[in-house]
Amino acid sequence: MPKRTDIKKILIIGSGPIIIGQACEFDYSGTQACKALKEEGYEVVLINSNPATIMTDPDLADRTYIEPITAEFLEKIIKKEKPDACLPTMGGQTGLNTAVRAYETGVFEKYGVELIGAKYEVIRKAEDREAFKKAMLKIGLAVPKSQFAYSVEEALSIGDRMGYPMVVRPSFTLGGFGSGVCFNREELERTARFGLEYSMNHEILVEESVLGWKEYELEVMRDLKNNVVIVCSIENFDPMGVHTGDSITVAPAQTLTDKEYQRMRDAALAIIREIGVETGGSNIQFAVNPKNGDMVVIEMNPRVSRSSALASKATGFPIAKFAAKLAVGLTLDEIPNDITKYTPASFEPAIDYCIVKIPRFAFEKFPGVNSELTTSMKSVGETMAIGRTFKEALQKGLRSLEIKRFGLGADGKDQVFDVKLETRGKLFDFIKNAPDDSELRRKIRSYIGTAREDRLFYIKYAYYAGMSTEEIHDASKIDPWFLENIKQIIDVERGLIDAAETVNLTETKESTKELIRLAKRTGFSDRQLAFLWGSDEKSIRELRLSLNVRAVFKLVDTCAAEFAAFTPYYYSTYEDENEAVASEKKKIMILGGGPNRIGQGIEFDYCCCQAAMALRELGYETIMVNSNPETVSTDYDTSDKLFFEPLTREDILNICDAQKPEGIIVQLGGQTPLNLSASLEEAGIKILGTSAHSIEAAEDRDKFNKIISKLKIRQPDNGIALNADDACRVAAKVGYPVVIRPSFVLGGRAMEIVYDEEQLRQYMRDAVEASDEHPILIDRFLEDALEIDVDLIGDGETFVVGAVMEHIEEAGIHSGDSAMVIPPHSLSKEKVKEIIQKTELLAKELNIKGLMNVQYAIKGGEVYCLEVNPRASRTVPFVSKAIGIPLARIAACVMAGKRLKELGFTEEIIPPHVSVKESVFPFIKFPGVDIILSPEMKSTGEVMGIDSNFGQAFYKSQDSAWCRLPDKGTVFMSVKDADKPKIVPIAKGLAELGFDLVATEGTAAHLKSQGIPVNSVKKIAEGRPNIADLLKSGTVKLLIVTPVGKGPALDEAKIRSLAVMHEIPSLTTINAAKAALSGMRAYREKGVTVRALQDYHAAMKRDRISNVRNSGRLESRHA
Amino acid sequence: MKEKKAILALEDGEIFAGTSFGYQRDAGGEVVFNTSMCGYQEILTDPSYKGQMVAMTYPLIGNYGINESDLESEKPQVEAFIIRELSACVSNYRSTGSLSDYLTGHKIPGIQGIDTRRLTKHLRDHGVKLGILSSTELDPKKLVQRAKALPPMEGLDLVKDVTCKTPYDFKEELEEGFAWPKDIAREAHDGKPLVICFDSGIKRNILRKLNQRGFSLRIVPATTSAKEVMTYKPAGVFLSNGPGDPAAVTYLINTARELIGKIPIFGICLGHQILSIALGAKTYKLKFGHHGGNHPVIDLKTKAVEITAQNHGFAVDPDSVDKSMIEITHLNLNDKTVEGYRHKKLPLFAVQYHPEASPGPHDPDYLFERFRKMVVEGVW
Repeated sequence: MPKRTDIKKILIIGSGPIIIGQACEFDYSGTQACKALKEEGYEVVLINSNPATIMTDPDLADRTYIEPITAEFLEKIIKKEKPDACLPTMGGQTGLNTAVRAYETGVFEKYGVELIGAKYEVIRKAEDREAFKKAMLKIGLAVPKSQFAYSVEEALSIGDRMGYPMVVRPSFTLGGFGSGVCFNREELERTARFGLEYSMNHEILVEESVLGWKEYELEVMRDLKNNVVIVCSIENFDPMGVHTGDSITVAPAQTLTDKEYQRMRDAALAIIREIGVETGGSNIQFAVNPKNGDMVVIEMNPRVSRSSALASKATGFPIAKFAAKLAVGLTLDEIPNDITKYTPASFEPAIDYCIVKIPRFAFEKFPGVNSELTTSMKSVGETMAIGRTFKEALQKGLRSLEIKRFGLGADGKDQVFDVKLETRGKLFDFIKNAPDDSELRRKIRSYIGTAREDRLFYIKYAYYAGMSTEEIHDASKIDPWFLENIKQIIDVERGLIDAAETVNLTETKESTKELIRLAKRTGFSDRQLAFLWGSDEKSIRELRLSLNVRAVFKLVDTCAAEFAAFTPYYYSTYEDENEAVASEKKKIMILGGGPNRIGQGIEFDYCCCQAAMALRELGYETIMVNSNPETVSTDYDTSDKLFFEPLTREDILNICDAQKPEGIIVQLGGQTPLNLSASLEEAGIKILGTSAHSIEAAEDRDKFNKIISKLKIRQPDNGIALNADDACRVAAKVGYPVVIRPSFVLGGRAMEIVYDEEQLRQYMRDAVEASDEHPILIDRFLEDALEIDVDLIGDGETFVVGAVMEHIEEAGIHSGDSAMVIPPHSLSKEKVKEIIQKTELLAKELNIKGLMNVQYAIKGGEVYCLEVNPRASRTVPFVSKAIGIPLARIAACVMAGKRLKELGFTEEIIPPHVSVKESVFPFIKFPGVDIILSPEMKSTGEVMGIDSNFGQAFYKSQDSAWCRLPDKGTVFMSVKDADKPKIVPIAKGLAELGFDLVATEGTAAHLKSQGIPVNSVKKIAEGRPNIADLLKSGTVKLLIVTPVGKGPALDEAKIRSLAVMHEIPSLTTINAAKAALSGMRAYREKGVTVRALQDYHAAMKRDRISNVRNSGRLESRHA
Repeated sequence: MKEKKAILALEDGEIFAGTSFGYQRDAGGEVVFNTSMCGYQEILTDPSYKGQMVAMTYPLIGNYGINESDLESEKPQVEAFIIRELSACVSNYRSTGSLSDYLTGHKIPGIQGIDTRRLTKHLRDHGVKLGILSSTELDPKKLVQRAKALPPMEGLDLVKDVTCKTPYDFKEELEEGFAWPKDIAREAHDGKPLVICFDSGIKRNILRKLNQRGFSLRIVPATTSAKEVMTYKPAGVFLSNGPGDPAAVTYLINTARELIGKIPIFGICLGHQILSIALGAKTYKLKFGHHGGNHPVIDLKTKAVEITAQNHGFAVDPDSVDKSMIEITHLNLNDKTVEGYRHKKLPLFAVQYHPEASPGPHDPDYLFERFRKMVVEGVW
């Protein structure tokens, strides 16, 4: 069937900010869709509020709208762009839900826009649980027994009838949000209440529990000719009861016979046809009773998903790209398989390796939350590993995870409850003694009964403690096949331990070679070998190479080598034949960022992809290394060669050995590759751009202090401490309050503001472990200071500021969590100039070749330098989009030896419009957690609001961050004493806009004394009716609550947490409240309009040209 | 358990060193690769693999053990089994034993631990090769010599080794819970049309599927004459899959020639090839064959694409087909080889691939219904 010619312009809905359950997999799918549709000759219009995405790069879609993803803005864009069709299946649940709302409000009908990929009825049928269940029963498939409830009472009566445990699943929520397993009436009541509140249609499904059954997923594609293929089968390591996003998953399915697999395949085909997904990909989940093979259908997603991204990377079959092509009428047999070129896409990939995906969690960021894994997703990222065996892939996956592990234990990081096995002596003793410790066995048995982040390691400890596979299976319900494979890893480890005393690391003996080869084929890292053999990674590597045990690289080719493959997508393993032959071309290797986590996410993937594109244009062969299956960087289209590998020294050196790149880029993938720069350089790898020496100078406190004082730049008084007494001394010297944190951390991990010695001692006791290797950094905290971020690019000769960003919130809040604005809206020109000068001085001193980010605080008119990062920062994509210059691309060219002058970027650009970056937080996933911002970063994603003035841009940023500012209603205020004078003008402004004001007694009294009409309301602890009742009743539309103290026990924390649960926007700083007021005012006065990024950028270009004409020179900075 | 070294040597000198599993004895045959990710039990017991040593491209084999129901014949038929990693444990509720024990019990040798991807690429690039697997002789040179001395597959009649000795009836049904499609009404056993199935190495699931479509089945040796077949007064004839070179099975070709036009005939795989030769066409040997469960086949009439299970080393030469008489109905989308044809005037059609699946997808199931219609209603 040829592609459709009756449609010309297609609107793609993106998924917005990165949140738990919806991450950069949708940037991957959206980017593929944009590319695929443009390739087919369609004009593509895109809406996505997330500036950190590659898809919002102005080169990708024809028209890019960085606007809130709401039905309201969708209509504005449709009205302006008049697309013929809308593809809603690429933007995750956000994309689908927005399309559903827009459809229901008649937007598509009004403007004659056709939904392609999935029709409205299909979305309803797949997403509405009752409709789905009916459809399944109609085609003779079993589903878990269930009943819908629309009230808590209804849910309870169903529960009483059906018996416990049971699962509650709200309809129309994201990432299994709000769902949970309930073991008793009390839990059911709680979960049902929560679920009903968050379901879009106030509907929950109360369902028979299939806890402990085996869980499978099939990725299915269908075209308009009714051809259906299964792209990939996935088997979950963790049985039913854990959200699939939080499960370790394995592809292909491992423990199904062909008869069982085909039965599941038949079911999947029947389901996609019955639900009526005409074109594109769907994900279908099944549960199988391990005792008798009974199979039930769990759910279906009629769109691309996290799993489809994983399946695409796992097989080489690009689901989103093909889904986009199918949506415009092409059929599977008309699309060539990218990889084999001569065979069509209408086939089912055969793979000849094993895929293991492991989720990455961030519980350490949210103290006190329940870290047990349930049906509601909590992980913030994931990593994928490829090996020829499950054992190899599992261990590679664990060392990809960026949790400082180098495999399944035996790496000096094992910890069994509170016993640390940091030396091999301790590990060996533990292994020897554990089988006799029945108390330990009891504890482990109970611990592995619940799915947790570290359960995998405890399964290993269970074997150490002498438990049998059967016992471990009984406790955990994990399939014995997976458990036995873990046992085999332990068996190999035992062989290594047995040889530990006799192995001679200086001799090249055949028996040693055999042992090392077996270990490598079982996935052991050099670090683990070094630990077990009392050596170091370097020596093991040397020994291994002298024994000629080398990693080889195999292709991911969709067809298990049946056909020749043309796409160089590789993974390492230990086999005979290496398929990744180095080319003769000049090559540059780019190191990606690994799994998403808080503090390191999609922004860095954006930078890596931009670099790959730029270097390709310069004629280099680009080699990408990354382990994150959600990303665009791990799309085999992005670079010339893709290595899907852990980002560790060992794995990178293996690739370098095979590929011999000219140099390697470490500054674009975030802290992960940056931390490797010294050890890679030491191994003889050339670091491109800013040198490893400069990187160290910026990261090392002593060296950095020297530079700062040499340049006469101020910084807050500071010191280093190695223990608690030390810390108290330093703090007393610099003066309280202090900001305290461990060195070499990302995302402000364990960073806190401490106000007195008692608090400091508590911090030293609970939060960190200081040592010579890991000193604690203590800085004077500048209260109420204004914070500034600067991104700069340099080539060692010319240094150009990308943008100066003013934080909305004051210093003390992690820069990744702050809202920021370009250009600065309250800073004087002189101060901006001073900041730029200081930044340039720093860049010159560090000889920056590439990107650099500097953070400053301004207090009392003084500019203090807080931090220098000699790498691409989180804000690079935001800045690039604000100023219309692709900074990461330019940085890559600089690192390849180009000069900024050659590249034509020598002057800072001050955009005439205003761009606001706002952060998005996962608080709703962690009920009860206080949402107060601190130096510890907690946000998972970001959005951008862009408009002609600050108010409108800020308004949009809030709407994009799902904190839509209200236009009317009641505003609740409760501020600390110091903020009381500052709240007055804000309250006045709100009253002028017609808002009703309520406040806690103290705040109300102050406002009344200033003549502002306000009602007072009781705090929660003060009796009822109180503020909690007001929030629940939906009267309050906005909260302004600034923190007096810290901790979830506080009344104010409860209020904030309650607001999160009711999705009422909360402002926790005066500055944010001020900004919000200007936003609401702007919205009231001017409304909001939409404008494509391409138009903003074109206008800037026009301005620059006319400036050149008028003044004979380029628009200069802050003139 | 001490692992015993084993070597797979190909006739062109390629050597693969691994360890032995299953029964320890030497084996020789044509080395082919299969890309199915599950279904090793069905593959092992498929008589079409007679004379062949099968390498699985999926590296992890044996995970779900062996069960009683998924056998395609009474015993493993491959000469040897070549894999990357044998599962040390078995996990499946239907399993009654391990793969290793099963092979040992039937005296079939296996090798594991080799770079099966290198082997696959080699066969893909250089064509299928004769090979020797040994765990007793580890001198590669000697093994290569022995591999060279093996008889080539071309011209080899292996059907005589796997066909049944005497006729028998078959009443076994698809296993409860695994029957597909679901909506077939079961008819009473009495008065069902009789189909004579020539057994060239027939897979049990073909019989189960024919049974499901309401035929009574008599399976006869491949050497059975047309005259004898007609004495059963059958309503239809079926020509099965099987091993070796179709052109060498002259007796069955002759029988088929006699039967064509007299009675509705359906052929699968080797049956498809034999019927084509009987109709005047030629077959040829493919470079490395089709062995897997993911081959896209297009129905040239409906343009629908079905994902099919395939297992064949020979194919029908489309240029040799008399187009005035024969309509090619199905093509493989990967390499455009002939996957099916029908006679324009006489009740006959055949497919190269496996609608009975086992292992593989069920997409082409409609072909059994087509056969039923041809036999019962006279349309095809």
